[in-house]
Amino acid sequence: MKSDVKLLGAWPSPYVLRVRIALNMKSVDYEFHEERFPDKSPLLLKSNPIHKKIPVLIHKDKPLSESLIIVQYVDDVWSSASPILPSDPYDRAMARFWADYIDQTLYPTMKSIRGAADQEGKNRLIEEVREGLALLEDVFKSSSKGKGFYGGDQIGLLDIALGCFLGWLRVVETVNGVKLLNQTNTPELLKWADRFCAHAAVKDVMPETGRLVEFSKTLPK
Amino acid sequence: MASESSEVRLLGKWASPFSNRVDLALKLKGVPYKYSEEDLANKSEDLLKYNPVHKKVPVLVHNGNPLPESLVIVEYIDETWKNNPLLPQDPYERALARFWAKTLDDKILPAIWNACWSDEKGREKAVEEALEALEILQEALKEKRFFGGENIGLVDIAANFIGYWVAILQEIAGLELLTIEKFPKLYKWSQEFANHPVIKDGLPPRDELFAFFKASAKK
Repeated sequence: MKSDVKLLGAWPSPYVLRVRIALNMKSVDYEFHEERFPDKSPLLLKSNPIHKKIPVLIHKDKPLSESLIIVQYVDDVWSSASPILPSDPYDRAMARFWADYIDQTLYPTMKSIRGAADQEGKNRLIEEVREGLALLEDVFKSSSKGKGFYGGDQIGLLDIALGCFLGWLRVVETVNGVKLLNQTNTPELLKWADRFCAHAAVKDVMPETGRLVEFSKTLPK
Repeated sequence: MASESSEVRLLGKWASPFSNRVDLALKLKGVPYKYSEEDLANKSEDLLKYNPVHKKVPVLVHNGNPLPESLVIVEYIDETWKNNPLLPQDPYERALARFWAKTLDDKILPAIWNACWSDEKGREKAVEEALEALEILQEALKEKRFFGGENIGLVDIAANFIGYWVAILQEIAGLELLTIEKFPKLYKWSQEFANHPVIKDGLPPRDELFAFFKASAKK
């Protein structure tokens, strides 16, 4: 049976991964269309004419783009199971704030390590990522309230927003011979990372680090 | 409802459209609040305490709980004070509103800002991008009075820069970006927006804003 939920994406994209995890949490059946970059499919260009980017969710022929917006939409539509956003408005706002921080600050810094001019530049960026993760370690302590995820007992928005980058984080660790998540600075996140990757909604869609490392070699600097 | 409003504080900057978004949201909801003007060249202890990550305005403090980032704050306000809803009920419409608010911040505002502050060399391209951005925004408006429909919504608030600041900045830059000839629907929206009874009282005075940006232009 043809599903009325389609997801346009690509296996290495952490943003696409966010949506897959959300849909999995809600047990939604969907068709996944793998985009073959650098070519953009006609469906992608039609569905996201403004930004021309993945992920794009098409639900009952209505397209939506921007990963965090899609995740919140999925949470709104399939609202009876596994809430993704916290129920308290302030907690919700803080989850959105930190997700925004990850997208505006943390991930861009992490991405730029690869193209850094020299080792000194790389080290500086790596240090910045470490500082960002230390902040998120503190956030974890208050947000999880002693439970296993930012969302408490279950995966929430911030788990998804950060967790989707674990594959690429491990690529940076492998390629640069560093440990970004470690026992000294981020003991809670270190444990959380394993928990997240083992979660039923995540484990089948999280790309393998080895495969990502090979893929990253094909990317321009 | 009285207990919800027990302590609302806004740390802001009068000339900032981002700070203004929060003023507008609070005023539309009829929420009383204390406003502190921040001097960004000399940041207060409170600002550094409440927004250690970005050290920027606006920051909302509600019952001692701080919250930065204008669009995050506006959604929080909408969820906390339920009168005069700023976001649509329908999940798809709600997602679209968030999409447009984000596109305003990520793409449209930067394009206009760059055009207004561009030097001779980059001017032509920057203006072209700004006009494309306005075209996209006008298409999103369709035939509606406001982006929120009959009432001011999240996207109207997020587009306050377009509704009020652009006219001032383009005059200073000597550019014609948002005009009635080029974008009749969007221009009409900007008039409706700036003349809306609640919004009107919430916007900074035009003359002062003009003088402020003109002084910045001279530097």
